[in-house]
Amino acid sequence: MVPVSAHTVLIVAAILFTLGLAGALTRKNIIFMLISIEIMLNAAGLAFIAAGSRWHQPDGQIMYLFILAMAAAEVSVALAMVLQIHHQHKTLDVEDLRELKD
Amino acid sequence: MALLFYISSGVAVVSTIMVITRYHPIHALIYLVVSFLAISMVFLSLGAPFAAALEVIIYAGAIMVLFIFVVMMLNLGRETAQQEKQWLRPAVWIGPGILTLVLLMEMAILLLQQSQQEVATAVVTPREIAVSLYGEYMIAVELIGFLLTTGIVGAAHIGKHKKKNLHRYLQA
Repeated sequence: MVPVSAHTVLIVAAILFTLGLAGALTRKNIIFMLISIEIMLNAAGLAFIAAGSRWHQPDGQIMYLFILAMAAAEVSVALAMVLQIHHQHKTLDVEDLRELKD
Repeated sequence: MALLFYISSGVAVVSTIMVITRYHPIHALIYLVVSFLAISMVFLSLGAPFAAALEVIIYAGAIMVLFIFVVMMLNLGRETAQQEKQWLRPAVWIGPGILTLVLLMEMAILLLQQSQQEVATAVVTPREIAVSLYGEYMIAVELIGFLLTTGIVGAAHIGKHKKKNLHRYLQA
């Protein structure tokens, strides 16, 4: 059996990251933009895991844990903001949201 | 393990493409769960079982449930799908698609130029991770704790609905 080469894993991570980037660039709905950001964070985590298993060190998985915690905090704050935006503007279109005031 | 890796990364890429092309938010979220499960399989085939379990529990479990709750609370349905269908014309996505494809080509060429190095098939156990996490990374763990606390407080503050009608004693 041929083992996986490290560059293959990094290319998969790059494909996922660019898919997330394309989603964040094309979508105008805030929820879809958040989903695309999640895809990009996950691809970065995949690259860290690949590096960690390439050198057989736990540091890659520790960085993945930190990315996970950061994503959880970011998603909770961002979804609260989505709720407020929908409450106040009745829309989720980023083009309509011009002011960040209370 | 190599075959497992190729199959699950193919599933991950296909389901991620489905996520960014769906109109209905719930369909996109379900495909995103499939993508996370496939990436968890990739982690398992790379010898990271702890990260695979965390991917399923936290990403596919907790974060996706948050998204689905918010979509349910906002009652986004057929109108949102119609709106997305109007916005997502080819003229809108072709430009960013080509640009990101160029970026991907550059990254792939850079990666393929170097000599191929194999991923070690040995497993990094949760014990090694825990020893390292609570040893040399102690400060970072505490900082992440601060970050999560501020995240909770910020979400509770932002998500709170302002009271429209005050009590009659408090009205001016």
